[in-house]
Amino acid sequence: MTDETKVPLVRVSNLTRIFDVSKPWLNRVIERLPRARLTAVSNVSFDIPDRSVYALVGESGSGKSTIGKMVVGLLDASEGEVEVRAPDGQDDARGAGRTGVQMIFQDPYASLNPRWRVRDIIAEPVAARGGDTKGVAEALLEQVGLSVEDAGKFPHEFSGGQRQRICIARALADNPRLIVCDEPTSALDVSVQAQVLNLMSDLREEFGLTYLFISHDLTVVQHMADTIGVLYLGRLVEEAGADDLFETPRHPYTQMLFEAAPRMDAYGRDVEPPQGEIPDPINPPTGCAFHPRCPRAVDRCAAERPEMRRVGTSRVACHLAE
Amino acid sequence: MTEPTLSLRGLTVEIPTRHGLLRPVDKVSYDIAPGEILGVVGESGAGKSMAGNAVIGLLNRPARIAGGEVWLNGTRIDQLGREPMRKLRGKQIGMVFQDPLTSLNPLLTVGDQISETILEHLPLSRAQARERAIAALDEVGIPAAKDRVDSYPHAFSGGMRQRVVIALALCAEPSLIIADEPTTALDVSVQAQIIALLKRLCRDRGTAVMLVTHDMGVIAEAADRVAVMYAGRLAEIGPVADVLGAPRHPYTVGLMGSTPGASRGQRRLTQIPGAMPRLGALPQGCAFHPRCPRRGLNCDVDPAPGLEADGDRSACWFPVSDSEQVPA
Repeated sequence: MTDETKVPLVRVSNLTRIFDVSKPWLNRVIERLPRARLTAVSNVSFDIPDRSVYALVGESGSGKSTIGKMVVGLLDASEGEVEVRAPDGQDDARGAGRTGVQMIFQDPYASLNPRWRVRDIIAEPVAARGGDTKGVAEALLEQVGLSVEDAGKFPHEFSGGQRQRICIARALADNPRLIVCDEPTSALDVSVQAQVLNLMSDLREEFGLTYLFISHDLTVVQHMADTIGVLYLGRLVEEAGADDLFETPRHPYTQMLFEAAPRMDAYGRDVEPPQGEIPDPINPPTGCAFHPRCPRAVDRCAAERPEMRRVGTSRVACHLAE
Repeated sequence: MTEPTLSLRGLTVEIPTRHGLLRPVDKVSYDIAPGEILGVVGESGAGKSMAGNAVIGLLNRPARIAGGEVWLNGTRIDQLGREPMRKLRGKQIGMVFQDPLTSLNPLLTVGDQISETILEHLPLSRAQARERAIAALDEVGIPAAKDRVDSYPHAFSGGMRQRVVIALALCAEPSLIIADEPTTALDVSVQAQIIALLKRLCRDRGTAVMLVTHDMGVIAEAADRVAVMYAGRLAEIGPVADVLGAPRHPYTVGLMGSTPGASRGQRRLTQIPGAMPRLGALPQGCAFHPRCPRRGLNCDVDPAPGLEADGDRSACWFPVSDSEQVPA
């Protein structure tokens, strides 16, 4: 899968996003408060090879959705950039979002317009670019395992899993090469989740798609991803191939996360749960963001932020990893 | 055998609607022993929360208990009136809900909320109740409980709030806790903390816990026994190692196969075709038969065999036998 000579489809370099979360001006003056800035994503770099699945995992507040939105172009980067390689002979024009990049959202109840018929919802990406919408929706509905008659229905007539299929069909209508999937199955029951994940795998092979897969669920990520990036407090702490990462997690945070994740074969297991919680992103710890919770932290960890460096087949941001 | 803390005998909940009678919980029987965690697992619409709500008498009209018995520590409680039931809730049965923010009052300090419950159920003075509240917060692992007792819920993080809710459920020393998806809104590392806390409290105090969740992983981590529900009925019940290690009911098998990670290294997940039937349109016979790979001649006619509290493990005419189990 990894071909060194090939240019990756997506290149994210030194991506940073800072949100201004200050109180209103008058409050700041009266209460003598400084401006408050929240660094949601801090200096994140990674490549996504063509036709692969790159997964971002992390707990809430780790910045995974913010990165996803910046890759699609729904948010601007504060620093750094996202390059999506355009199809040969075309520019990476931004206009109405990036060409060839689509998104699937977490909540299929909130991401479909309840007043539109399914046919119009699915054909909208084509219509927006002035293309011919005739028969587009019907063909795609069959692709995602629904029937042609469903085109005339409204979203409320479908279950959660079926709605997520409609969202997938809508994303496919634009002939994308990259689909950013932000927790696509978190709102679904396990048996429905299995159906949707299988569908996504099938479509990837059929259409030669690339996925940026965002999830907090380690088991789903392990099942879907080729490469996994682990985020903590807006920073990429480890990146490795899916099998390597699960076999030898090198960053202490990754190790903690795997230890804490519920396992199906865990009955009777009695382990010490991890200590502490994710710190306040407005005042992140100095040096390595994980050092206050890290069992192996030394003085250097509090002083100096570790850079991503290559250890074995992985990239790790830890002074002590080897 | 010691007397079970909670015992359900053929509990049935019905909702009369314009389109007919719905039965979200249908003849469910099980026991929970003191100090035991029973995991109740199933997909949305399986009736797992409804069974819990029926036990503590929190069914919203027009839903009602239409049959069966609920016994708590040897007393029948399903026929109690409003007022005795209200006295029971909080005192003998504690409740932990999914969303810790909406189960706390944002306008009262956590100390006041816990004291209120204590004063309602125990003959203590205000000062004593406050002491108890601090002790309760301390026990669930809230650092500096003495200072935090006067904080409002918004000042706590999600995991800490869920600890407050657990402290609230435990403060009158109930013998049963019903925890309805207590970790679903939490991150994995916090989830592990809350599960460990529930297990510890349950072991130390001998409190029985009904843990309702959709997450097989949480069940595996926390529960001693597990009850799998499908379309309002019990599909399979047994010790967690048996049910997860060697599932008998085809639905449990499908559920395990659908869970990524359980079938490691497999490129495709096992799919259960179709979806859970709507309550208004339950199929004849066994409710699972249209989706079942093992259905036989009479599955679409005969209702699935009933599960008694001390009888078979799975409600299926053709259960998966031990010799058919695929080695993991």
